[in-house]
Amino acid sequence: MNAIEVRGVRKTYRRYGRRKQFGTLKSALLGGRLLRDLRPDETFDALRGVSFEVPAGQTFGIVGRNGSGKSTMLKLIAGIARPTEGTVMVRGRVSALIELGAGFHPEISGRENVYINGMMLGLTKREVAARFDEIVGFAELEEFIDAPVKTYSSGMYMRLGFAVAIHVDPDVLLVDEVLAVGDEAFTHKCLDKFAEFRRRGRTVLLVTHSLDLVTRFCDEALWLDAGVVRTHGDPRRVIDAYLQDVAKAENVALEHAAAAPPPEPVAPAEPSEPSEPPPPDMFKADEGRWGSREVEIVGVDLVGRDGRPTHVFPSGDPLEIRLHVRAHQPVTDLVFGVGIFNAEGVCCYGTNTQIEGATAGSLTGTGEVRFAIDRLDLVDGTYKLDVAAHRENGAAYDYHRLLYTIRVTSRLRDAGIFRPLHRWTFSGGVRISGLQS
Amino acid sequence: MLTNLRHLLRYRALIYSLVARELKARYRGSVLGFFWSFVNPLLLLLVYTFVFTVVLPGVHPPELEPFALFLFCGILPWSWFSSSLLEASNVLIAGGNLIRKVLFPAEVLPIVTVLAGLVHFCFGLPILAAFLVYYGVPIVPSDLAWFPIVVLVQLVLTLGLALLLSALAVHFRDVRDLLSNLLTLWFFATPIIYALSQAPSSVRGFLNLNPFTHLAVSYQEVLFRAGPFTEWPRLLAVGAGSLGVFALGYLVFDRLRDTFAEEV
Repeated sequence: MNAIEVRGVRKTYRRYGRRKQFGTLKSALLGGRLLRDLRPDETFDALRGVSFEVPAGQTFGIVGRNGSGKSTMLKLIAGIARPTEGTVMVRGRVSALIELGAGFHPEISGRENVYINGMMLGLTKREVAARFDEIVGFAELEEFIDAPVKTYSSGMYMRLGFAVAIHVDPDVLLVDEVLAVGDEAFTHKCLDKFAEFRRRGRTVLLVTHSLDLVTRFCDEALWLDAGVVRTHGDPRRVIDAYLQDVAKAENVALEHAAAAPPPEPVAPAEPSEPSEPPPPDMFKADEGRWGSREVEIVGVDLVGRDGRPTHVFPSGDPLEIRLHVRAHQPVTDLVFGVGIFNAEGVCCYGTNTQIEGATAGSLTGTGEVRFAIDRLDLVDGTYKLDVAAHRENGAAYDYHRLLYTIRVTSRLRDAGIFRPLHRWTFSGGVRISGLQS
Repeated sequence: MLTNLRHLLRYRALIYSLVARELKARYRGSVLGFFWSFVNPLLLLLVYTFVFTVVLPGVHPPELEPFALFLFCGILPWSWFSSSLLEASNVLIAGGNLIRKVLFPAEVLPIVTVLAGLVHFCFGLPILAAFLVYYGVPIVPSDLAWFPIVVLVQLVLTLGLALLLSALAVHFRDVRDLLSNLLTLWFFATPIIYALSQAPSSVRGFLNLNPFTHLAVSYQEVLFRAGPFTEWPRLLAVGAGSLGVFALGYLVFDRLRDTFAEEV
């Protein structure tokens, strides 16, 4: 049996057009436009043709970017809003953890607020009384329950709101991004409570950006993108598809940024001009380009596993930096170098051909230089690249300082910069399962 | 609409608790606390008494003596009426967070406003009773029996208007500003600081169209005047009209209900 059935749902929101802004009761009455003014003039669809079912007892995750319609979907299921088209059917009592403590009155005590909030969520006064101690215990607010809510810290406020909502004991629990309400211990308690819900065969609908939570807890997941269902099914598969799409979007964004050409000196290739003042400090993270330009780096490609240019690299994937170079006059003291910096400007790695023992590098005409890293073992984050062609004495021919950005992605949130290839082994009585790397 | 109304009955405990909260929260932090419910009408009465006995003596006919008492009979219900409507016009917007995030019948909010006003009104009654005894106004039991009916009619009328205004104010914020001025006009178009009989006959027909005229006159006849209660046919007519206003108010509210979550 399905706990939630959503069929062909469309939700149209109105945009505030100019007419509405200046539309007043007076003008509406005078023009006899009262009913017409209540009709939307400019609309957009927050959801389009969304259909899915959640069998009773399942934990179901909805993921998607900001503005993809997740919260709207939740509101429709909670019954706070109604679909413009289609139907939403929910069996059993629904409790929505959408905004915790909405409706708390700051001036009165926590105790009275628990009663009123519980009754708003559909409990009777007696039911609240029966669960009161449990609620207060869960929120860990025994000492403060008779103090006015305005004296609570925001954490206390949220904990109390969460405790009330979860003790409504719904058949269907809707959760919108609310697990970040307390310290670690409280988060664990909330997760335990969800697990208890699952054991008791209740349905949980989870809207979250914490993909980890979806893969760990959900039986099924749905990916909403701009109001349309993109995929639906096994959480791991859905999350992978979602992550790939996010990476693609980031790639587009970075390419867009890269499309803006690096700042060119006023007279690009005039060797007679004295070279610009040398870089002040190699480790100062200022973007830019300088050099005398006898040798010019005319193009830089960053190539990933599939041999195609990209800006997003899963951690552990290969990265190849390809430099297209051109010599405006033959040179014989050429050195190529690259450097990788993280977002804080820390140099993660830097090397050049000279450091690695090369001598008498020369170039006539054009050429290509490839610098390949077999495994980009960096932790998740944004990194910037230096590429350079310079003389053996260090004077730059063409130095590109932090002009290229790459994004290293990883599902793990490990710390630091470098992720050495590693594995765990356990023996004796140690049992650990679920390692993801 | 009827199912929604029945549905509302399930929330009566919530309404009750919210009214209690409203009253508690209003005076939290003030020195006099609940006492303000008595002091407020008393102070208002003092202001009017000062104006009409010290600044403008002799503008009212002798049958309206003691004038303070006459005023009180009209002002007390009027402040319930006007403050309820003013608050109701803002209650959905102020409670926007609730409406957007929690599933519960939104009409609870304007209803609570009106009921909280009723409680304040009732707090004023002991003061009124004290004045009645002080001035030795003869008590007519058959008149007094009408008192709850007058209150009931006013309750239904106020509820209907509160529902209507609260729903409209979500879409047209101007309702709030319009209303405060309209209420001032309405106050002077109601025989509260004067008797209906004082008004020139040309205006009287107009005043008779005002439903609150009959409520005010009823209060005055029931509490102030010694004679038998003669206003009852018109009171009942207003009562019937109030049911219509309530039905209309609820209908409009119900129609616009789904738009609240997006507009507040």
